[in-house]
Amino acid sequence: CVICGNAWRHEVMKWNGWGYSDSRFLFNKKGQAEFTGKRYKLSGMILPALKDWFEGTFGASLQHKSPATPLLNTSAVQAPTLNQDFVEELKSIGVPFSHEAEDRAFRGHGHCLHEIFALREGKIGRVPDMVVWPNCHNDVEKIVALACKHNVCLIPYGGGTSVSSALECPPEETRSIVSLDTSQMNRILWIDEKNLTAHVEAGIIGQDLERLLNESGYCTGHEPDSMEFSSLGGWVSTRASGMKKNIYGNIEDLVVHIKMVTPQGVIEKSCQGPRMSTGPDIHHFILGSEGTLGVVTEVTMKIRPVPEYQKYGSVVFPNFEQGVACLREVAKQRCAPASIRLMDNEQFMFGHALKPQVSSIFTSFLDGLKKFYITKFKGFDPSRLCVATLLFEGNREKVLQHEKQVYDIAAKFGGLAAGEDNGQRGYMLTFVIAYLRDLGMDYYVIAESFETSVPWDRVLDVCRNVKARVVRECKDKGVQFSPLSSCRVTQTYDAGACVYFYFAFNYRGLSDPVHVYEQVEHAAREEILANGGSLSHHHGVGKLRKEWMRETVSEVGVGMLQSVKDYVDPKNIFGNRNLL
Amino acid sequence: VSYKDLRGMKDDEFVDILEERRCSSDLGHAFRTFNPQPYKGGPPCSAADLNKALLDSHFLHRVVKEVAMETGSSQEKVMEEAGEILVEMSHNLHLPFIRLMGYTFSKVIKRLFTSIFVNMDGLNTLQQAVQENPVILMPNHRSYVDFLIISYILFTYDIPVPVIAAGVPLAEMKIVGEILRRSGAFFIRRSIGSDKLYWAVLSEYVRGIVRHGFAPVEFYVEGLRSRTLKSLTPKLGMMQMVLEPYFKGEVFDITLVPISISYDRVLEESLLARELLGVPKPKESTAGLLKASRVLQEDYGSMQVNFGQPLSVRKLCEGKINRSYYNLVPRDLPMKPSAEALACVSWLAHVVVGLQERGSLISPWSLMACLLIQEPTTVLAEQGLLWDDLTEKTLWLRKMVLDFGARLNWPGEAPNSAVMSSAISLHRSIVYLKAGRVYLTQEEVPLRRHRISPEEGVFRTAVPVLMLAAYRNQSLHALVRPAMLAMSICITRSTQRDELFRFFCFLQEVFANEFIFIPGNLSQDFEEACLCLNSCGAVYISEQEVRVSEQSSEVITFLQKLLQPFIDSYQLIFRCVCEEEQVQVFTEKQFLAAVRALALKLILSGELHTYETLSSDTQKNVLSALCRLEAVAKSEINEFKVNKAAVRRITDALCKSRQGSITIFNYNYSVSSIIQVQLQLH
Repeated sequence: CVICGNAWRHEVMKWNGWGYSDSRFLFNKKGQAEFTGKRYKLSGMILPALKDWFEGTFGASLQHKSPATPLLNTSAVQAPTLNQDFVEELKSIGVPFSHEAEDRAFRGHGHCLHEIFALREGKIGRVPDMVVWPNCHNDVEKIVALACKHNVCLIPYGGGTSVSSALECPPEETRSIVSLDTSQMNRILWIDEKNLTAHVEAGIIGQDLERLLNESGYCTGHEPDSMEFSSLGGWVSTRASGMKKNIYGNIEDLVVHIKMVTPQGVIEKSCQGPRMSTGPDIHHFILGSEGTLGVVTEVTMKIRPVPEYQKYGSVVFPNFEQGVACLREVAKQRCAPASIRLMDNEQFMFGHALKPQVSSIFTSFLDGLKKFYITKFKGFDPSRLCVATLLFEGNREKVLQHEKQVYDIAAKFGGLAAGEDNGQRGYMLTFVIAYLRDLGMDYYVIAESFETSVPWDRVLDVCRNVKARVVRECKDKGVQFSPLSSCRVTQTYDAGACVYFYFAFNYRGLSDPVHVYEQVEHAAREEILANGGSLSHHHGVGKLRKEWMRETVSEVGVGMLQSVKDYVDPKNIFGNRNLL
Repeated sequence: VSYKDLRGMKDDEFVDILEERRCSSDLGHAFRTFNPQPYKGGPPCSAADLNKALLDSHFLHRVVKEVAMETGSSQEKVMEEAGEILVEMSHNLHLPFIRLMGYTFSKVIKRLFTSIFVNMDGLNTLQQAVQENPVILMPNHRSYVDFLIISYILFTYDIPVPVIAAGVPLAEMKIVGEILRRSGAFFIRRSIGSDKLYWAVLSEYVRGIVRHGFAPVEFYVEGLRSRTLKSLTPKLGMMQMVLEPYFKGEVFDITLVPISISYDRVLEESLLARELLGVPKPKESTAGLLKASRVLQEDYGSMQVNFGQPLSVRKLCEGKINRSYYNLVPRDLPMKPSAEALACVSWLAHVVVGLQERGSLISPWSLMACLLIQEPTTVLAEQGLLWDDLTEKTLWLRKMVLDFGARLNWPGEAPNSAVMSSAISLHRSIVYLKAGRVYLTQEEVPLRRHRISPEEGVFRTAVPVLMLAAYRNQSLHALVRPAMLAMSICITRSTQRDELFRFFCFLQEVFANEFIFIPGNLSQDFEEACLCLNSCGAVYISEQEVRVSEQSSEVITFLQKLLQPFIDSYQLIFRCVCEEEQVQVFTEKQFLAAVRALALKLILSGELHTYETLSSDTQKNVLSALCRLEAVAKSEINEFKVNKAAVRRITDALCKSRQGSITIFNYNYSVSSIIQVQLQLH
């Protein structure tokens, strides 16, 4: 079969790690860290401080390597269970498919630590039995109809960036599992400049969507950290959030119309009115349904003209408490820039370690800052201070005005402006940080991130308690080295904030590091919930967090969702078993 | 047997902190560089900052608004009132005053005590703990001396000095009150009742200190000084305030440090005994303090301060508390804690008291008191007890309590006989040794008076007896579980584990105000009792049975006699309550008077052998027990109404406890009646 574009993703992307094959961190022969490839600003650069930070923070050593299995051993992938009747009919409708081991293994996982860890060890669990590549909405309708007819399990697959075990095949599933890869449905079908909307196929990847819209002078402004690889359909089915939601909104604010194919037929609204009072919004059954009800095929989204002017910024605070107080005030005054994020001291240090050698492009954040300290602001304790990064967008005049307003608020909380470059670098790091996990895993360090949303009055409590819980759990579970436990406030809302946690530890000496890691993550989630944080702000529930759904949405809530599932998909064709 | 084994302190290194004080300058000590490790959770916070944060708090403003609405006064006025409460309450910890206090304290304690032993490993772990999480220091309270000793020790060892919860009467003492305030004391009114504003200020004040965490909080979970040297039922108000920041997630964890302070001889010993006999406690006043300075002339032996292992509230509460209870309400909304939280607070408080007991060191004198008090009072007063018998039995008892795993403070350097005779001479206010016999010390009759009434005679005997009882009580925690089992064996005459366990539970229930047991720990307590008796060879235990060994009946007899005064007192009081034919309803005052009169009569007639019935503590405990067991109902106006049938049922269960004890009802006791009682109790 002839498949174009990014169907064979594993040719450009890693099969057992994050992102592009050509881009990775490594320690070169001199022991210096560098980032390979040409795709990113950091590509080809040496990061001289990373080694010391890495070894110092984790007690890791470049002598102790834990390399990944280099190639996928196709014989480790179990033979596909095929439903022959389904396959025959599929052939007859002419939709491309494959049951090659590589294709199947590639679509049998997301990017949770345990998934990647297993792949690196060459362990492949249950994977889809075949992959199909519909080209358009009609193809999907046909595939779903066939799946219903032959009782085949379908698992929609978009960008594969899930971090909730949503793409894992349920081990108890006995039917043939078909991965429905939406990557060929990647066109912008039309742009409506009068209403400022675009009608897009749901398989389009974030960066392609932005690039193509930019060519016409537009953007969606939806920029989740995974936007290089995640798909529009994935955003809709997980209730994704974008970095610049303060201007553009989250995915639920951006969609005007959704078309989804379910076993009961197609669900969509009859018009594109901007708001309706027609009972509960059916979009909200689709948003966050995590592939359990059907396949999102086409979406009408709001678009905006590409902003005239963008400006990064950063502010240093004497401590995290002051930083949070500032963000809260910014939210109160409803003057949040396109993005505002507050990193804690540990992440600040981490950022320090990622400073490239060639700093002609990146005027060094810390060098400048240090000078500041030594000369003027010695009052800041380097082991307590933290930094907020900012991104302003709009017309130039308004941006400058806005910037001043925010810096004035920051000053009231002891914040000092710390330069544009640092802000810019902070955001750039968002895209490379996932690559760093793979570097850690080469040296016995495992890492994961998780997020929550929490009311303002509990932000500090959640941050403190969850970080401390991670440290204590690691200790209790026998981790030999002190872990990195860090957080940042990444989004502000009227009534609360989104908090993102990172934790990482050196697992040398542990017989089952993944199990330990899972226990720690579990405990951390318990801690979040006990402190009034939510189960998830934007990663979703998947299978990783579904044990907490009942307490999260109440018994009746679960029943409601279940009855929708029972009506829409009585035979559990969309059988990924996420959410419920 | 090595020295340490004898003391029952295998791992701890106790150091006499007075030793250094005696050979270096007190002034030098007071002006030492005080440089504690900083608290990692946040910067220090001055007393003024703390007060300001409280007055600015949303919590207080909400309450002020409510109070203003309810009372019809203006918010400003209520706020002003809150400010005044805070002024009365708040501490004003100042290092110079700690130094001044340190200097004075050095002088005083050197005069009072020969030594003050402190366990160094406890201090070391505390030093670590105060850097990590807010720390709550929870000493037992046996003497006014307790009050600043912890601050003194912490100051000496470079650990942040605590802020200490104290009663308002102390604040009202001239000068002394202010010194205490500046040494870190904050003051709480005794009877707060339903004063909403006061509660609000107090609870937010305490929570604020805990949240900031940079200074440990010290408070007495027993609420007040124990007049009987026995642990008291913990008070939960303060405990709850202290724990709330953890329940609400405002701190990651809270560390509780049980501290056991034991005295060879308590300064207030005779005052306490008199108080128990109905002589009112002198009001705390500076003048009174100065007058009391004659107590400084006497020797009080040594004092032991044992810092227990720090406890993580988080770990202890695991699975016991659902912190998400607070998720759906604003942080600063005044809110009643959940039933679950209250139960947890109570459980934790009992756990701490239990650990205070286990951390206490039992002195040779206390063991002797256990034996002395088992002798008939008249014998002790008139014929005296053979010294050799007493020493022999004391050594026997020493071995037994060591078998039971208690901590002993038995000096290893001196011969045993010297240890015991020095204990006697330290306690000459209670007993004295003459011609190889030990006699009860009785106050001399004033010369002017020729005769004293029989009632006065009883009173004069009761004072040293109650003092003796108090010192016996210092050992009770180590003996009470096996003693209850021994009592169960004697009463039920059964060997069946189930039956013994049922009676053991019944005894715990009846005596819950007398001895502190951790709620929900019955099986472990019973198991411990079995193991104790087994360890000294008194019983054989199997899956089904607990069988008394023939040779060791003296253990069982001793333990039974140890509890007998309690059983006798309870029975007498039960009887008294039931006899009040005419009066169906009485006040506490009437109750105490009636019990006292009856006890006095029976002691004089020779029917009652224990003077402890005269103790108001015992009397009040019985009343609380009856209320708890729902045999007596307390009305809103603090009047009590008796359900005589219920009291009789409880009496029945206890009445056959010993031949020769006062048998009030001649009902045939049967196992089923006990079970019935228990069913009703639960």
